[in-house]
Amino acid sequence: MTRLERNERLIRLSLLMIALSAISVLVIITLFIFEQGTPIMFKYGLKSFLLGRDWYPSEKSFGLFPMIIGSLMVTFGALIIGVPLGLASAIFLAEFSHRRLARVLKPVIELLAGIPSVVYGFIGLMFLVPLIREKLGGPGLSVLAASIILGIMILPTVISIAIDSIRAVPDSFREGSLALGATRWQTVRMVVLPAARSGIIAGIILGMGRAVGETMAVIMIAGNAADIPGSILDPVRTLTANIALEMAYASGEHREALFATGVILFVIIMILNTIANITAARQRKR
Amino acid sequence: MRTSPKVEQKFIQVVLYAFTSIAIITLIFILAVIFKNGIPQLSLEFLTRNPADMGREGGILSTIVATISLTFIALLVATPLGVGTAIYLTEYTVESRVTRIIRFGAECLAGIPSIIFGLFGFILFVNKLGFGWSILSGGLTLAFMVLPTIIRTSEEAIKAVPHAYRLVSFSLGSTRWQSVTRVVLPSALPGIVTGVILSIGRSIGETAVVIFTAGSALRMPTSLFSSSRTMAVHFYILAKEGVSMPKAYGTAAVLVISILIINIVTYYLMEKYIRRKS
Repeated sequence: MTRLERNERLIRLSLLMIALSAISVLVIITLFIFEQGTPIMFKYGLKSFLLGRDWYPSEKSFGLFPMIIGSLMVTFGALIIGVPLGLASAIFLAEFSHRRLARVLKPVIELLAGIPSVVYGFIGLMFLVPLIREKLGGPGLSVLAASIILGIMILPTVISIAIDSIRAVPDSFREGSLALGATRWQTVRMVVLPAARSGIIAGIILGMGRAVGETMAVIMIAGNAADIPGSILDPVRTLTANIALEMAYASGEHREALFATGVILFVIIMILNTIANITAARQRKR
Repeated sequence: MRTSPKVEQKFIQVVLYAFTSIAIITLIFILAVIFKNGIPQLSLEFLTRNPADMGREGGILSTIVATISLTFIALLVATPLGVGTAIYLTEYTVESRVTRIIRFGAECLAGIPSIIFGLFGFILFVNKLGFGWSILSGGLTLAFMVLPTIIRTSEEAIKAVPHAYRLVSFSLGSTRWQSVTRVVLPSALPGIVTGVILSIGRSIGETAVVIFTAGSALRMPTSLFSSSRTMAVHFYILAKEGVSMPKAYGTAAVLVISILIINIVTYYLMEKYIRRKS
């Protein structure tokens, strides 16, 4: 074996090591979160963690049910706000607007995806929370405020992925439908959207993942009371907020319970990501 | 009675137009508010003086320095790892189970919420390895967070290099590594740089990770082990605790303007070097 060949083998091996170490990051994170979070879940019983309604860490009562419900509520709320607006914008920009308008607006929307989440939270705190308090009652810091801000935050993700998947539908589909006498909207509804479905769904699920995982913006506007909200005007605490609010001073079992919160969050996100990956792969295959 | 398709079409068009306007106006509104209230706060003094009286007075110099040092460390660690992984995936192997696992892992890593990275960094770097709340802990955790972005953009950039370049290089007798370093990487460089810049934008805006790993001490960082407060964390604390709204707006403006500039540069580079070629 020449020197060059030996070098080449060495390089291939070190690159493989680098690639594997990049992946081991994921493994290490998973191991650490589970190692810290699962023992306490089994000590007090999975049921009391997932379905317990009382979160009083000082009295060793670690019920996460209100936070699980809270995360689900604001995520669902975010979808109600974000999906119709996002999908409509994507359909409009991809199918109905002038090409030039879409060429300007799509990058603008993608730029907005980079605005830090604290900024969205701040705007919610300054404008939305007082508005809800005055017009609708309640403390203003509420499920509604969190849902609206999260709905706005997922807009760039939903719009940009939906536009890409609508554009990926071959023009021959549209031409065929228009040639049969369908209107532009009929074509979109009956031909383009069904063909772009998987991509659009993948985008929505990614947006959902973003909403579930969002922390700082939610803390600023959700009120953070660890109770199951009775209405959308009541304050709510999400899983992410639960971790971020108490991590700074928690110790012992309290800290472990926060890691257990992390475990639940991690599992939810992984399920969402896997679904998004599978749907996106299905779109590519087509 | 069925509405005629023509009427339906007109109706839908109005609805779509209205929804699009709402979405875009809302997003623009957020920028407008930050600029309107923030830009009047900006001055050379705001950028070059340290915060005083918990941020009520003075500028934001120490938070700018902290942000830059954290980001620098994150990239110092993430860039070689990310680019190395991308080179392996594109140049040194064929599609196989190993590459699929590595790609799937990177996708998963990209979806993990920042608070989980924060928890992880807190337990590993701050506690177990004993770095404490510090620039080092924060930078390393951010490196893990931006790694998937760097892997993905580098992969795209390397894939966009025409196959003929490699063939010519091989035919001249070069080894794989020689053609990677002398032919492929130089032409993929702008694309790789794009991924790095994109990661800078993410690091600058991140709050949840940084607050748990770098802490929030409001002073000029002096070493890798100083706890320090970045611009995003400073803004969060000013706003959440109502310390000073004018200073909060000013900090937000600096934050948003730097991120917008970074993203516009990235967008321009992407258009120019990645999308055109592929």
